[in-house]
Amino acid sequence: MSSLDQKASSSATTERVKASLRKRYAAEKRFKLYGIVAISASIAFLFLLMGSIISKGLPAFSQTYVNLNVSLSAEQLDIDPTATDSELRRANFSGVIKQAMRDRFPDVSKRRDKKALYSLISTGAEYDLYDRIVADRSLIGQNVNLWLIADDELSAIVKSKSDLSAPDSIVTRLTDQQVGWAKNLQDAGDVDVRFNRTFFVNGDSREPELAGIKAALMGSAFTLLITFTLSFPIAVASAIYLEEFAPQNRWTDIVEVNINNLAAVPSIVFGLLGLAVFINFFHLPRSAPIVGGIVLSLMTLPTIIISSRAALKAVPPSIREAARGLGASPLQVVTHHVLPLAMPGILTGTIIGLAQALGETAPLLMIGMVAFIVDIPTSVTDAATVLPVQVFLWADSPERAFLEKTSAAIMVLLVFLILMNAIAVMLRKRFERRW
Amino acid sequence: MSTTTLFLLTIGLGIASYAYGRSRAYSVAKRHGGVRALHSLPSHYGMMVALWCALPALAIIISWKIIEPSLISNMLDSAIPQAIHDGGVEAVKLYKNDIGNLVDSEKIASIDNAEKKLAAERLTNLRSTSALALFVLALTVAIAGAALALRKIKPETRARHKVERVVKFFLISCASLAILTTIGIVFSVLFEATRFFQEVGFLEFVTGTKWSPQTAIRADQVGASGSFGAVPLFLGTLLISFIAMLVAVPFGLMSAIYLAEYASRPVRNIAKPLLEILAGIPTVVYGFFAALTVAPALRSVGESIGLSVSSESALAAGAVMGIMIIPFVSSLSDDVITAVPQSMRDGSYGLGATKSETVRKVVIPAALPGIVGGVLLAVSRAIGETMIVVMAAGLAANMTANPLEAVTTVTVQIVTLLTGDQEFDSAKTLAAFALGLMLFVVTLFLNIIALHVVRKYREQYE
Repeated sequence: MSSLDQKASSSATTERVKASLRKRYAAEKRFKLYGIVAISASIAFLFLLMGSIISKGLPAFSQTYVNLNVSLSAEQLDIDPTATDSELRRANFSGVIKQAMRDRFPDVSKRRDKKALYSLISTGAEYDLYDRIVADRSLIGQNVNLWLIADDELSAIVKSKSDLSAPDSIVTRLTDQQVGWAKNLQDAGDVDVRFNRTFFVNGDSREPELAGIKAALMGSAFTLLITFTLSFPIAVASAIYLEEFAPQNRWTDIVEVNINNLAAVPSIVFGLLGLAVFINFFHLPRSAPIVGGIVLSLMTLPTIIISSRAALKAVPPSIREAARGLGASPLQVVTHHVLPLAMPGILTGTIIGLAQALGETAPLLMIGMVAFIVDIPTSVTDAATVLPVQVFLWADSPERAFLEKTSAAIMVLLVFLILMNAIAVMLRKRFERRW
Repeated sequence: MSTTTLFLLTIGLGIASYAYGRSRAYSVAKRHGGVRALHSLPSHYGMMVALWCALPALAIIISWKIIEPSLISNMLDSAIPQAIHDGGVEAVKLYKNDIGNLVDSEKIASIDNAEKKLAAERLTNLRSTSALALFVLALTVAIAGAALALRKIKPETRARHKVERVVKFFLISCASLAILTTIGIVFSVLFEATRFFQEVGFLEFVTGTKWSPQTAIRADQVGASGSFGAVPLFLGTLLISFIAMLVAVPFGLMSAIYLAEYASRPVRNIAKPLLEILAGIPTVVYGFFAALTVAPALRSVGESIGLSVSSESALAAGAVMGIMIIPFVSSLSDDVITAVPQSMRDGSYGLGATKSETVRKVVIPAALPGIVGGVLLAVSRAIGETMIVVMAAGLAANMTANPLEAVTTVTVQIVTLLTGDQEFDSAKTLAAFALGLMLFVVTLFLNIIALHVVRKYREQYE
């Protein structure tokens, strides 16, 4: 063997390495590309989701109104001018509105056509009229120009197309005749699109143009209130015990394993628990925020306990030792020193847990919070629904206008979630201390 | 006097007795030469008095409220006409309910049946007597407790120890609530499920292949007994979960690898919170998206290439569920990948490996147990996920492995069986609890394995 041979073989190795290098670098690039693709696909999906919901939901924040000259004479309304508020409820508001429509389109004469004409105005306009007259009795006997809520189908075409002159190109359940009337109204400047206040002040309704999220919002607020008042103290107490006082024994082990497992139990199982225990055994009211709150707090407890324990653990032992050295009792050490220092972390965990509870739907379906709620709930025992369940209910509705309502409700829900998470992040950034 | 008022009153008394006890402690201390003469701080004495005052009273209120309904119902028996008693226990129960509703809606005056009216008046009477008795009892106990504790305010009383013992007991009971919850879940699900298995055999449930839970209203109706073979549900759940994992694992894992090994700090700072947003979106939103955007899109794509895609296809639900789980897989894998010691990577680089080779041949094998644990947790989430499948998957219990067809899952059936009208004794509603039991057992099993694996792995590198 000479050194020449060695040289040749080593150069052959170099050749082989060189040849394989290109392949290896290509593999490296491919691998990196997979990573980039994976992450950008996930983020692209996020934007797709948001974009689709926002584009579908935005129209729901505006409402279409039609301007009509309504004659509010006492005889047309079929009431006494001195009628009480409750007697006024029986007044013939729909007749007045129909008359106004007939006056606006005098050449409509056939019964079927008339019916089609009336359907352009929402039934909610009658309640609106009632409210106006109760607020101002002097309206009775006058001819007034009023902006009345339009039906959802009319609203949909007005919002989707500012110019109705080409009716063929519009996908709508309205007939060409109805679209023609709509165009007539629009040309005269009698159609207006305004901010949709109804959406924020009404409860649910069968009529999309009258449906609002206030009942669901209040239901969510009451449910979260119960969840917070139950889960926060209990979770903090459990975390303090487990982190500061618990002896290393079997019982503590069991508790810890239990908490970790509960954190991963499917939420619907908590719903089954709520149904069997709180409703069928303790006979608490169905559909009530109090039961929903209890179930959700059981569900969020593990989350809050785990993050509270992490926050307590982050407080350095030197603080505890110093307090002990000055004669504080173990409980005083915790309540006077450790807990206040861990509070920002605990609150962050609590807010994140509550945000989870706010978006939860499945367990609430089990305990009957999936109900058609028109009245705004005023206490924790009233029948109520919550925002995500409202989304679920509306998503099932066949009317197209409910589709945009659903998206709009999702937007409101997401705004609250983002707000809560932002507060949590802010708390963490501002108060987090590193020792 | 409503219970809430009484409750608040007791708590108010507790607060007042705290203030009084504390000032009393100060004055006792003065006699003995200052606060230093006391064993504990004056506030501890105050706390002691408050606890003695409020705790027994609150306990009495709560236990009274638990016993009261059955007690009153028993005492009402004498006011119920014999004719109803002859009708059996159910008739009496119904009659009592009726009277209870009448009293609650304050319609006693309008009752025309004399016997009913008598019973209603008796009920009102009993209720007000009970409320009065509770009021007197609770307040007496509260005041007596406070007085007793006040007499104990002496320099040698170890008030702090007494108070801390109570607080510690409170802490322990809060921590034990987790166990109580688990027991509650197990018992509520198990109890109803055994009732179900008495009607439908366990074997039929886990091996039957036909699922149609409609039970008849009349016994002689055609197809009177529903069939409860849950295999199609299990298969449907597995199919959808499998599709979800097919999406979530590669995307989640690659995202985690990129974020942990390649991404620069700014990219990481932007991408991670975005992924967290994906994790924070409520499942009902994903369900809406799957049902109204993804499913129709898949359907029209399928039609354009000549495939018939069901509008409630397993693919749409599974894919969207997979996207929901991506951040879950990615954050768990990210944790375990960053926990792999740097020295192992350095060793690999030193031998001339490229970054991707290091990741594939060193980092991933080292992190594998943790990743597997994370994936198992993700599977358990996919199995238990409800809203996406309720909104996007079907109700028809098909036995198929074709992702383009509609299948149904365990969670979908639980929701359908339990929402809407329900009487609690039919096999139909009980079946939901049997399904819940299956769901709980399977996910618990997965979780225990996963948590065990993850914990073991963590200890290895710590």
